[in-house]
Amino acid sequence: MKGIIGKKIGMTSIFAPDGKQIACTIIEAGPCVVTQVKTEEVDGYTALQLAFGDKTEKHSTKSEINHYAKAQTAPKRFVKEFRNYSLTKALGETISVDIFSEGDTVEVIGTTKGKGFQGVVKRHGFSGVGQQSHGQHDRSRAPGSIGNSSDASRVFKGMRMAGRMGNDRVMLKGLKVLKVFPDKNYILVSGSVPGHNNSIVLIQK
Amino acid sequence: MELAVKFVHEQLAAKTELPKFKAGDNVTVNYKIVEGGKERIQSFRGDVLKLQGTGQTATFTVRKISDGVGVERLFPFFSPNIESVQLNKVGKVRRAKLYFLRERSGKRARIKEKRIR
Repeated sequence: MKGIIGKKIGMTSIFAPDGKQIACTIIEAGPCVVTQVKTEEVDGYTALQLAFGDKTEKHSTKSEINHYAKAQTAPKRFVKEFRNYSLTKALGETISVDIFSEGDTVEVIGTTKGKGFQGVVKRHGFSGVGQQSHGQHDRSRAPGSIGNSSDASRVFKGMRMAGRMGNDRVMLKGLKVLKVFPDKNYILVSGSVPGHNNSIVLIQK
Repeated sequence: MELAVKFVHEQLAAKTELPKFKAGDNVTVNYKIVEGGKERIQSFRGDVLKLQGTGQTATFTVRKISDGVGVERLFPFFSPNIESVQLNKVGKVRRAKLYFLRERSGKRARIKEKRIR
């Protein structure tokens, strides 16, 4: 597996050679610095720790500064680990967006936009209860019955109800890499990716 | 974000220039269609109802009356399928979006032509 940390820039659309308009997302991915190499012997598993985005020393703790100093880099804002990285990289090396090429199928991980406390119609796709007329009122988005009578005498676990929606970590699979711009660290993937603009996403293959 | 979008389109867009037109103008859009594996050019003549959007994703809508039925078609400005656009008439209108034409028919749906001296 190989991957990179990026920032979602926003969406636009481009034209395919056959004239079809394709919706795509621009992601500013990398350059990421390898800040730790985890090995089977020492850590029990192999992984690369990548860091992305600078932050000032003022906003870093001493332990952070020294951890990044081992890789000879400034303190970073975002750190993520990628297990079983397919490229061999040493401590302090950078990974840029050119690990992906046009036509690759990638997975994008992000945190979806938070929707707040939502009812069952929006959160679980319920169709609401009953009609708007025939004496009903105030019930068109209600969940309806949530269980049986005396035979269960309780509500089953996992019953879908209203609650907090969004702000979930989501992986989207099967996104196509439409274009890579190594000078600007931009990567264009087909379709949408989770989260708001400027949110952190992981791209992996 | 705007800068990034602009950069991406600058890299990808290669486009022939279209004539400058606006809502109310009468245009002929020649666009490529693939029919039975063969490509040919079809033309669509009508009044421009609106220009919409900015940058490389902007579109325009053309409306014509075909056999008594109103037909609207939306074209992206930068679509590679648009072969060319001819400006036939410059219309004299007072709005940017001519949605009111949809409710009109016959003589009332005419657009006055602007005389250019």
